[in-house]
Amino acid sequence: MTVALDAVPRIRRGVKCTYDQIREAHVVLFPEGVLVLNETAASVVALCDGVRSIGDIAVALADEYAGVEPGDVAELVARMVERRVVDVHG
Amino acid sequence: MAEAPFGLLAELTHRCPLQCGYCSNPLELVRRDAELSTEDWRRVFDQARALGALQIHLSGGEPLLRPDLPELVAHANSLGCYVNLVTSGVGLSRDRLRSLASLGVDHVQLSLQDATRAGNDRIAGIKAFDRKVEAASHVLDEGLPLTVNTVLHRQNLDNVAGIIAMAERMGAERLELANTQYYGWALRNRAVLLPTREQLAAADPVVAAAQERLRGRMEIVYVIADYHEAHPKPCMYGWGARQLTVAPNGDVLPCPAATVISSLEIENVRDSSLHDIWHHSPSFNAFRGFEWMKDPCRSCPRKEVDFGGCRCQAFQLTGDAAATDPVCSLSPDRSTVDLILETEMAPAELPVMAMRKMR
Repeated sequence: MTVALDAVPRIRRGVKCTYDQIREAHVVLFPEGVLVLNETAASVVALCDGVRSIGDIAVALADEYAGVEPGDVAELVARMVERRVVDVHG
Repeated sequence: MAEAPFGLLAELTHRCPLQCGYCSNPLELVRRDAELSTEDWRRVFDQARALGALQIHLSGGEPLLRPDLPELVAHANSLGCYVNLVTSGVGLSRDRLRSLASLGVDHVQLSLQDATRAGNDRIAGIKAFDRKVEAASHVLDEGLPLTVNTVLHRQNLDNVAGIIAMAERMGAERLELANTQYYGWALRNRAVLLPTREQLAAADPVVAAAQERLRGRMEIVYVIADYHEAHPKPCMYGWGARQLTVAPNGDVLPCPAATVISSLEIENVRDSSLHDIWHHSPSFNAFRGFEWMKDPCRSCPRKEVDFGGCRCQAFQLTGDAAATDPVCSLSPDRSTVDLILETEMAPAELPVMAMRKMR
């Protein structure tokens, strides 16, 4: 699946994002299981707030990570949609 | 060192108001006076989190029968775990659910035995259908995500379309349609439960069409009937790899059915820590990785896909827990499964279902 750049992703109901001290990694907890996120993915998921679009998230991350393209964010969000971690609107 | 587990299946009790003849609990159910105390369970949760577990599945039996359930939910939540309540729905009143949700239940898994009141209550052995429907509405009102779980078998497989419709009406986000796996009570009742090839062939397209139609609204997970397949399931995604089970009496199991392997030395949380059991016990290391495998698994590329299938099934059907899962078409024991299918799918005389009961 593909996600448009003006789509607005939001973390699904029943999904918990937290930091695991044991694995020293950000994790997403949801009915089906656990996803261990790398730092970039964790930053993207943290901004899936139901307000920002994919484009907004790319802009917000540009300060922190050089060379973040909206296409990369869209691809990551698409993977999160497939894993039922986030929903997209718009 | 083995990788950390992601989940703990906490079987708080084997007591249950339902009597489903396919229950995966062992035939020898743990009695109330042998159950772990509240303090024991708190320690088990602490140790599971320290070991790496992030999900705690509160299951049973019926976990609502434990009066300390609210305290255990709160404790699991305080550790930062995802708290999953696995219930029959019997006893889940609006007030009870509201309280459990406020204490930290994140998700509810509700069993449904069949599409209709009559079918459901016949399989469950008690009048439970209306209470399940009410429980589902409480979960929805509380804003918690709901998964409906239905075990499929010869008695209800023809109603799969109705079961899907019922789960939709209940407002489920997910529906797990799991063909019966034959352990515990299900193994005892296999000749009443094994579906026919015709039933499975008819159900497959119904499920596939519903998965397509409901995409994005209700996810349908379909667990195959492995006796009828050419390859085994990737049981537990490998032995001692992702999850551990603690039984009501504190026995620590690599999978919920592992007590059937009589050669396995089972450890208990009253004697050892989960850390020591997960990493160092003979039982958890018995079938980890690939070294224990014999051929045909050992040289098979599919070992990375199915991990040799299920150790309990291998033990039950061949007497050797390290054998290839006999449902595999490459197993030298596949004929055992074929013979079971031939004689039990359509028995000359239908045996009576042995309802699950504590002896």
